[in-house]
Parts: sequence; C-alpha cells; structure tokens
Amino acid sequence: MLRLEKRPQPSREWTALSPLLAVALTMLVGGILFAILGANPFEAIRTIFWDPIFSEQFSGFTRPQLLVKAGPLILIAIGLSIGFKAGIWNIGAEGQYIMGAICGAGAGLAFYPSDSVLIFPLMLIAGALGGWAWAMIPAILKTKLGTNEILVSLMLVYVAETILASVASGLLRNPDGMGFPGSRNFKEWDAAFNSELITGTGMHWGVVAAFIAVIAAYVLMSRHIQGFNIRLTGEAPRAARFAGVNPTRIVILCLGISGALAGMAGMFEATGPAGQVSIDFNAGYGFTAIIVAFLGRLNPIGILLAGLLMALTYIGGELAQLMLGLPGAAIQLFQGMLLFFLLATDVFTNYRLRLTKKEAV
Amino acid sequence: MDLSSISPVLLVASIMVSATPILFAAIGELVVEKSGVLNLGVEGMMITGAVVGFAVAVNTESPLVGFVAAAVAGAVLSLAFGFLTQHLLSNQVATGLGLTLAGLGLSALIGKPYEGMKSPTLPKLDLGPLSDIPGVGKMVFSHDIMVYVSILLVAAVWAFLKFTRGGLILRAVGESHDSAHALGYKVVRVRMIAILFGGACAGLGGAYLSLVRVPQWTEGMTAGAGWIALAIVVFASWRPWRILIGAYLFGGVTVLQLNLQAAGAKVPVALLSASPYLITILVLVIISARGAHGAPASLGRVFHASN
Amino acid sequence: MDDTLLSIQGLTKAYPGVVANDNVTFDIGKGEIHALLGENGAGKSTLVKMIYGLVAPDRGTMTLDGASFAPPKPSVARQAGVAMVFQHFSLFDALSVAENVALGMENPPKPRDLAARIRDVSEQYGLPLDPARDVSSLSAGERQRVEIIRCLLQDPRLLIMDEPTSVLTPQEVEILFETLRKLKSEGTSILYISHKLEEIRSLCDHATILRHGQKVGDCTPSETSARELAELMVGSSFATPKARDVQLGEVVLKVQNLELPALDGIGTPLRDISFELRKGEVLGIGGVAGNGQDELLMALSGERLSDPGMVTFQGNDVSRQGAGQRRLPGLLSAPEERLGHAAAPDMSLTENGVLTAGKRAGLVQNGFIDWGKSRRFAEDVIEKFDVRTPGPNVAARALSGGNLQKYVVGREIVQKPELLVINQPTWGVDAAAAASIRQALLDLAHGGAAILVISQDLDELMEISDCFAALNEGRLSQPRPVQGLDMEQIGLMLGGAHDMETAHVAS
Repeated sequence: MLRLEKRPQPSREWTALSPLLAVALTMLVGGILFAILGANPFEAIRTIFWDPIFSEQFSGFTRPQLLVKAGPLILIAIGLSIGFKAGIWNIGAEGQYIMGAICGAGAGLAFYPSDSVLIFPLMLIAGALGGWAWAMIPAILKTKLGTNEILVSLMLVYVAETILASVASGLLRNPDGMGFPGSRNFKEWDAAFNSELITGTGMHWGVVAAFIAVIAAYVLMSRHIQGFNIRLTGEAPRAARFAGVNPTRIVILCLGISGALAGMAGMFEATGPAGQVSIDFNAGYGFTAIIVAFLGRLNPIGILLAGLLMALTYIGGELAQLMLGLPGAAIQLFQGMLLFFLLATDVFTNYRLRLTKKEAV
Repeated sequence: MDLSSISPVLLVASIMVSATPILFAAIGELVVEKSGVLNLGVEGMMITGAVVGFAVAVNTESPLVGFVAAAVAGAVLSLAFGFLTQHLLSNQVATGLGLTLAGLGLSALIGKPYEGMKSPTLPKLDLGPLSDIPGVGKMVFSHDIMVYVSILLVAAVWAFLKFTRGGLILRAVGESHDSAHALGYKVVRVRMIAILFGGACAGLGGAYLSLVRVPQWTEGMTAGAGWIALAIVVFASWRPWRILIGAYLFGGVTVLQLNLQAAGAKVPVALLSASPYLITILVLVIISARGAHGAPASLGRVFHASN
Repeated sequence: MDDTLLSIQGLTKAYPGVVANDNVTFDIGKGEIHALLGENGAGKSTLVKMIYGLVAPDRGTMTLDGASFAPPKPSVARQAGVAMVFQHFSLFDALSVAENVALGMENPPKPRDLAARIRDVSEQYGLPLDPARDVSSLSAGERQRVEIIRCLLQDPRLLIMDEPTSVLTPQEVEILFETLRKLKSEGTSILYISHKLEEIRSLCDHATILRHGQKVGDCTPSETSARELAELMVGSSFATPKARDVQLGEVVLKVQNLELPALDGIGTPLRDISFELRKGEVLGIGGVAGNGQDELLMALSGERLSDPGMVTFQGNDVSRQGAGQRRLPGLLSAPEERLGHAAAPDMSLTENGVLTAGKRAGLVQNGFIDWGKSRRFAEDVIEKFDVRTPGPNVAARALSGGNLQKYVVGREIVQKPELLVINQPTWGVDAAAAASIRQALLDLAHGGAAILVISQDLDELMEISDCFAALNEGRLSQPRPVQGLDMEQIGLMLGGAHDMETAHVAS
C-alpha cells in the first residue's frame, strides 16, 4: 500500500520540480483534450507554446504580446503572492484591477486635454490608490470584525463590474463618442497614453513596473524583516504573535500592497493596450494571476517565469483558435488544469511516498 | 415608478424559484463544511452542473435526466477536489479556487455549441387542491418538483445531522479529526463522501439555473451564485434550516432588485445590480461582528494521520 | 495461566529512524492494576496504540484471555473488551457529553437510554456528570470523567489509562484512584501508564518499565523504592543542580492586580494577580494544566496587552507594549508549545533565531536582516546548548522535541535576559538534557537575572525555585519561600484552598 510520509523538511528539489512536472502533465492531458476536440495534439501544443515566439509567420505580431500580457499578470500575482504567504486570501484582484483602471483613467480625464507631464504620474497614483482603497474594504472588515476576506474580496469583484458598466456608459463616457459606451481613447491623448517604450517589444510602463515589483518583492521577502514577518504570520500565526508581529498590520499591509499593484495594473492596461475604459476591458487577469502566483511558488522569480508562461498560453490559445479552430475556452480550462496539477504534484514537496504494508489508518 | 406592477403572489413564487439554485449549493456545502472541509469550488461545480445538465437535457429531451447528469458532473469535479485535498493533502483554499477556475473553463468549452438553444423545462407539479388555494396555491404550491426536492433536502440534512449516527460521526470528524481518528473513525472516507454529496448538490443547483430559472445556457451564468452559497453557510451558522432562510432571503433580494429595475425605480441601476453582492457583504459583516458561531473546529485544516 | 488476561509476546514496532518498541513482552493479570512506566519517548504510547488497534505491530503477538488478539482497528479492540482513556485527542468540544460517549461505543443505545445509563454509571463510580452538557464547558477533570464513563459503559475487561493524572488536582487524583480500585475489585484489569513514581507505588500491583522502547525490568511497586524505580526508568544517574547562595537585588518585575479576560472565550481568564520578582530570584509557579499558565506567560511576554499599570518591568510600565518592545530591554520568554508558538515549524533554525533575537542580538539593522550574523547566532545556540542537528539550515520541525526545546530555551538564554519567563522548561526532554537546562537557568539567576518558571513538575520547581506560588483558575496564590513547604501545603495551594486566599488578602 502506498502511504505518504511527512518529510522532516520541505524538499528543495521538488519545490522547483513540481511546476515543471505540472506543466508536463497539463500538456499531456491537454493534448488528449485537443485530440478529443478534433485537433492534432502535437500541432496544438506547438501552436500554443512554440509558434508565438518562434514562428516566422506570427512571431512578429505575437512576440510583443508576450510582455503585454505578462506585465499585468506578474504585477498582480506579485501582490497576491505576498498576501498568500501570510495566509491572507485576496481573491478579488480582478475588482481592484477594475477600480484601479477607473480611478486612474478618471483622474486623467478630469484634466483632459491637458498635456502636462504630470498627468501620467497622477493617473498612476490614482490607479494605485483606487485598487488600494478597494482592497482596504476586506482588510478593514477582517481586522475590525473578523469578516472572511475571501468572500468579501470576491463579492467586490461583482460590485466593481457593475460600477464599471455604470461609469463606462455614464461618468467616463466619451463625450465625442456618439453615445457609445466607453471612455475616450487614450491612444489619441499623448500625455495620458501608456505607450510602447521600445517599438516591437511590447514593453510599456506596466511591464517596467512589473519588473520593479519582482525585484522589490524579492528583496522584501528574503531580506527585510517585514517580509520575514509576513512569512512567519502565514506559517505559524501564534509564533508570529510571540515574535511581536501585529497581525492587523500584516493584513492591512498585504491587502494594501496587492490592491495597489492590481490597481496599477488596471490603470496601465486601460491607458495602454486596452486604450480605454470600456464595459469589458478587463480580461480576467485578476483571476489568472492567482494561478500565476501559485505556479510561481509564491516566489518573485518564479512568478516572473510563470507570468511569461501564462501569457504564452493566452497568446498561443488565440493563435490556436485562429489556426486550428480550437475554442477559446479550451485555454481557460488548460490554465485551470495547470493549477490543479501543480497542487497535486506539490504534495511531494512536503511528503514522500512510501511503500508500506497495510496498516490501520 | 410604478410599484403596483409588482404582484406579491408572483414575487413570492419567483423568490422560491430564484432561491433554489443557491439553496441546493448551500445545503451541500454545509454538509462538506460540517465534515471539516472548506470547498471553495462551489461556483465551478455549479457552472459545470449547469452546462452538463443543460446539454444532457437538450440531447435526451428529459430535464430530469439532465438533473441527474448535473449531479454526477458536480460530484466528479468534487472528486478531483477531494482527491487533492484528502489524499494529496493540498491546501483547501487554493484547490477550491483551482476547481472554480477549471470549472469555468470546462463549462465554457462544453457549452459553446449550446449557446442560444432552448432546453425542455420541468413541468409545474399539480398538487391538486393545494395548487388551487387562492393566492397561496399559486405562490407556494405551483412549482416544479426540484423546488420541493430542495426543501426536502434541507429537512433530510437536518434530520441526518441531528438524529443519525452517521450524522454524529460526520459532525465529530469536522469538530476534531484527531479525536475521531483516535476513536477509529475513517476521517478521509467520511470527508470524501461529504465532498461528493456537496458536489452533487452544487451540480443540481447549477442545473436548476440553466434548466428552470433562466432557462438557457450562457457562459459564466452562475455569476457568483456559488460564492453567495458559501456566504449563506456562514450566515446560517452551519445550521440547515437557516440555510433555507438565507437562500430565500437572497432569492428575495435578487428578485426584488430585478422587479425594481423593471418598475423603473429611482435608484441607480448599478446599485440595484450590485445589491445581492453588497447585501452578501453586509450579512457577512453582521455575522462576523456577532462573533463566529458554530464553525466546525477542524474547518479547512489538513488531516494527516502521521502515526 | 488462568488468571492472565492479556499476554504480550515480543511486540516490535519501528518508525523511520526510531525503534519505538523492541521485543516487549509482559502479562497483565485479571483484576490487576498494571503500571507501564517510562520517561517521555520510552515507547509507552506506541505500545498501547498497538493493544488498542491504532497501530499494527511489525512483529510479535498478543493473546487476550487465551485467544489470539490482533485488532486491525480500535472497534475490534473495543468489541474484545479493551477500552482506552486517552491523554489527549478524543473528545469533541462542540458535542454534548452523551454524544461524546456514543461516539466511543460500538452499538450505542437510544439517546434517552444512553443518558440514563450515563447517570447510573456516574453515580455508581462517584463521577458526577450531566449527559446534556457540552464538553466545551467542562473542566479538565470532568472531561476525563466523560472518557472514563465512555469506557465503563462497555464493560471493559481491560481499561487502558494514558497519563490520567497529568490534568488533575491532588484531590481529583484521589477520586480517580478510588474509582480504579473499585473497578479492580470488580475484576477489571487496568493498564496504567505514567511516569509519576509515587502514584504507581500507591496504586499499582505490578509494573513493567520501558526505556528506549525496550522492557528493562519489572517489579512490584509497593515493595520498590521510588529511587529504585527512577533508576530503572532513567537508566543512569544524572548531575543534580549545584547548591547556590542567592543574593536578591532590586525589583525587576512588578505585577499589580493583573486581570485579563479569556481569549475568544477559550482558556482561563487571569484574575487579580499580584507579585514581585527581584534580580537573582527564581519564582516557581505550579498548577494543574489549564489554570492560566499560558495566559500568564502571554500577559508577561507582551503577546497580550493588559491595562496600564498592571505590568512594570525595571520601573517602566510595559503593560501596553508588545512583545517586540518588551524584548529590547531584556524581558524574554519561552512558551510551552514549542512547535507553532515558540518556533515556526517549517522555518530553519536560523530563521527561528531571528524570530525572537532579531533586534536584541542585532541581527536586524534598519529593517534588513543580516543572514550571516543570524546564522552565527543560531550556530552559537546550537553549540552552547548541545542541540543535536546537522546545522542551522534544518527546519525546526525536523528536530526531536527535546532538541528543539534546548534550542528555544538556549535562544533566550544566549540573549542574556534581565527577566526570563519560561513555561515547562523541560517538558519532553530527556533527563540529562533537563538537568542541563535547569542548570543553565540557575546560572542565569546567579548572574543576576530574574527568572519565572511555570511548570507542572513539582519536583522541578522545588529543585530550582527560591519561592513557590500556584495558579488555580486564573488566580495566583501568595508566593512562599520553598524552604519549609511540605506536600500538603503545596497540594492546598494547587487546589486554590480558601485559607490561601485569605492569607493573600490579609498580607
């Protein structure tokens, strides 16, 4: 009989190996899925994972998309990972992302058509504050009243979506848009446009922010006492209290960071790749970022890689939709499966399999 | 605005219909949580149930077969959750989230060909003289069978937990898995059964949404109903009859806001659309301010019989 | 061999890295109270788990009343007439007494009949208990009654009791012993597990002694001196702490009318606690588990804050300061629960060093952790306190209980505290290590630190304390000099007797 036995300490090898194994298993099962859907599995896998970067035909268009898609995913996932490390489950990043976009865009549009260089920084701050404020709702309810942050932060996603629908066709609607919902297009307003910094790379300010966030999070979590306290709170809450960590501060800090980063991501997206605040500009990055955070082992460097991989599946998925007629939802399932396999293979980090004779368990 | 356009009889009747999906999902999750497991995948299991139920009902032209298929689909999905959390000891929060994300993707994939179709729907039961009672008959006794099944299910869960040995063991496992293990009870097996039951219930709830309430398939149609079901379990302090109250309350809010929108009430539409979610938050806040009552002590904790 | 109930032949059970039981053989007679004696970690628990069907032996056989006995699970053992009263982990707080009893039975009667039978049995054996009450509202002694009644309702032939007295007051112990003697007179055999020598001498007919998983001897306890028993149990004699001359300095800690409500309604509230502690003094606080020990430590360490004026350290009111702030001037502490409270299980020893020594030992500067320095700090503790581990990168949970205890105690002592508050300093530590921890505490006091030791081991407290006080239901008795205290007085203090209360008020 197979039996799991707890390792004396987490295995370093498996910490690194399990995401790779999960990716491999997802490709295998995904391939079978694609075969069922009537596509050649090898071609499908190649289209998703290889062609976006290396195909001569598509890579000119798809390669820059990699950073465009990975930027917000990484930025949000970095924030989430800090909270997850502390055992604080903010799963409403999508709502904070939307609120960041609305606040950032709104702050800019209030000064339309100013061409001051301060417009973009102002929008950035407003976006971060918008996401931060939205995350403070579950944070304050949790610390003051002990309300479950998972459910509150998630409910607020739906609330944010109704606000988005309302402002896109009301407050922020483009006055020159002939009544169509959606804000002014930022592409036509240089001072507020989050433009591509180096042509052909997809690099915009949001991607720069994501890289900075990766480095800052790495320093915070591995060198700074606050990062230590965050980890401690997640691993042993009683020991954290004993060490003198104030749990309220950790909740406020973690939700605040993740909210602000998600808000910034939303603002970068609305003023850059999306170009405007519209009813459905949000593409579910806030939820996919949860997968990115776990796939990256809640480790900043891991998240960087996981974000790029996940961006690849987005782009590859679109390509597969185009070229092989695979349904777009298949990619969503593909991403969900990836998280599932990761959680399954993760068991080997803390446990090892042993063959034992049957015993009363 | 014109409130007279809202008929109280139809209002109550539609509240019962709109509460039923959440009621199914919540009573299932209650059993899961009573066994000490937190499954955040309710939304994913619901929407999978919705699409599978719809697809099977369309293909077999039997809504009842659709419901059975939805229950099976929900249970199969929950089996994956159970295997990961109970056998591979994965984090329940993360796994539940994963289940929801995977369920949303899976349902969108399965549902593509069925978008815009109409399914056969359940007939209203004819309860004879009861249905003929003026007012009340139309309000309470003119529904399809699943409305009554959901209420019976609440009663059955209540009786099971309160009066049977199986219910006692389930509560014991949720209260302290170490004690239950020490007394020789099969913690993992009890929990797996509870998880499967919860999955089947969520599947039924989803199918009710796509086969009766709406009734058609649209991507992402559960729109947070699974999460509201989770909140209702907290609201109900883990007591079966309060689940019924909670579900009907939320059904009421949903129906009322739709009616108010239709009646052209002078309240911003955004606020009305957001009201079910805002009220969920409000209820959670009130419950938590009173202090958590009745949460099973082992809820969400990983059980590993180390020696 | 008609009067043998259970015969154990060569039972062996190995876990990875440790042989818990090695070829253990002994018999339990009918109507006999048989002691299983050994230190923590000697293999007593594993042995009874095999008898109760929770663990399968690797080798060896058992016979119960002449028939082969190899229970694959507890229910089979229960059906064969083996019942067990656990030390921990077998009651359900949110369930009623009757439900708890029903869960421990194979075929429980209907709820109403069960309640009646619980009342009958509880009267018959002098163990009053209301079947309808929730277990969460019961005291430790009452909880044990639930377990005993659960066993008795099944008319057991063999009753296993695992460390039953560790949670009882001396008075409650007497009641328990009466019950056990009554059971014995009715022909029930009892396997009594303990490491308390006096109990075994007064209660048991026969004793089997385990050390490192092996049977090292057996005897008739009433005819064997406690000293002989101790030598059998421990194996070698160990150094007793040196005598010392105590020089008390100024007051370091002053606690005035400390009140603290129970956390979230669980635990014990602290009620009107006042005492002083001077430089060089060791104050021992005894008491039955669950009478406010954890709460007192948390109130002093700063994990929980009290009202202004209640806790004064070195002349400064620290009542509103958190644990981190109190640590800086030298108020250090070591809680009872090692894994999860004193140390984070999955973090390395280095990281666990930063946990409490970060600021005071200068491991953190401007918010940044100096990992090199932290590592040297951990290595220092490991070396000075003889912690057996491959190195400071090992996770805390990989250490044995005793080694981790040495590490968490050493971590505080190395920081040269002005005041050290320590709960259960030697719990689960082998005798030699326990002696060295006690010696380290005495050395610290000799160097001028004030020390507050909370322990359930009275021998330990008598050995190292200058003064002794007892916690009872969150109240602290007036501290008294250890010299001249006798067992009776201590028993009264532990039980919270009223003359102590009046003495407290009068003083």
